[in-house]
Amino acid sequence: MHFRFTQTAIDTDAARRELLDGGAGAFTSFEGWVRDHNEGQEVTLLEYEAFQELAVKEGARIVAEALQRFAVLHARCIHRVGALKVSDMAVWVGVSSAHRGEAFDACRFIIDEVKHRVPIWKKEHYRSGDSGWVNCERCAAAPSSTAPTQGHHHHGEAAAPGAEAAALGAEAIAHSARK
Amino acid sequence: MQLKVQYYALMREQAGRSEEWLETAAATPQRLYDDLAQRYGFTLTRDQLKVAVNSEFSDWSRPLSAGDAVVFIPPVAGG
Repeated sequence: MHFRFTQTAIDTDAARRELLDGGAGAFTSFEGWVRDHNEGQEVTLLEYEAFQELAVKEGARIVAEALQRFAVLHARCIHRVGALKVSDMAVWVGVSSAHRGEAFDACRFIIDEVKHRVPIWKKEHYRSGDSGWVNCERCAAAPSSTAPTQGHHHHGEAAAPGAEAAALGAEAIAHSARK
Repeated sequence: MQLKVQYYALMREQAGRSEEWLETAAATPQRLYDDLAQRYGFTLTRDQLKVAVNSEFSDWSRPLSAGDAVVFIPPVAGG
C-alpha cells in the first residue's frame, strides 16, 4: 500500500526498505512530529482521526500523481492515527529516485498534497485544559468569513528539518480557496 | 429513504454519534446537510465542508439514493 495508516509507531526502517532499488541513487524522507506549542498555547497531546476508506484512496492517488509527475522510482506515505504525545511522529513520507532533485520535489509534493486533500483531522489538547480541532473551531466561530484570517493560522512552519513542516496557515487559505 | 451518515472530528462531537441510519426526504447532500445542521447545531457552514458519498468525493447536488453512505468532511488537518 503506497499510502497507509498505523495505530502504532511508524517503523521507518521497514518503510525505507520498501523503497530500496538498484537504480536509486537518492532517498529523501519527511517526518511530521508533534510540536509542543501552537498559537501561543502549550500542546500536551494530539488526537488524529481519519475517514480511512476515502483517505487511503486519496492518499494513493497523491502518491501515484507524484510517481507520474516526477522521475522517481518509489514512494510511500504512512500516517499515524490515535493519541500522540509531543515529539511522536505523525506522518512519514519516503521517496527513492535515481537523482536527489526529483526525490526532494516528490517528497515535498506528497506531504503538501496530503495535508490539503486527505480526510484526516487532529484535536489539540492544551496544558490549560482546553482542546480544539485544528482548522475547525475558529472557522466555525466566524462562519461567514470568506477570506481566512489570522485565526486560521494554527501552525507555523517549523524551522528545524524533520520537525512538523509545511505552513498550515498557508494551507488553510488554499483549502478555503479550493472550495 | 434510508441513508447512512457518518460523522468525524468536530461534527462527530456535535452530533454526539459517529454514525446513524436516517429516514430522510433530502434529495441531495446539500439538503441533507441543511436538515442535519438544524438538528445538531453544526457550527461549520456548507462552504467550509466537502462531502463524500459511498467513500468518494461528491458534488453537493448529486442525487441521493436509498442505502447511500454520506460523510461530511470538515477542513482537514493531517500531517
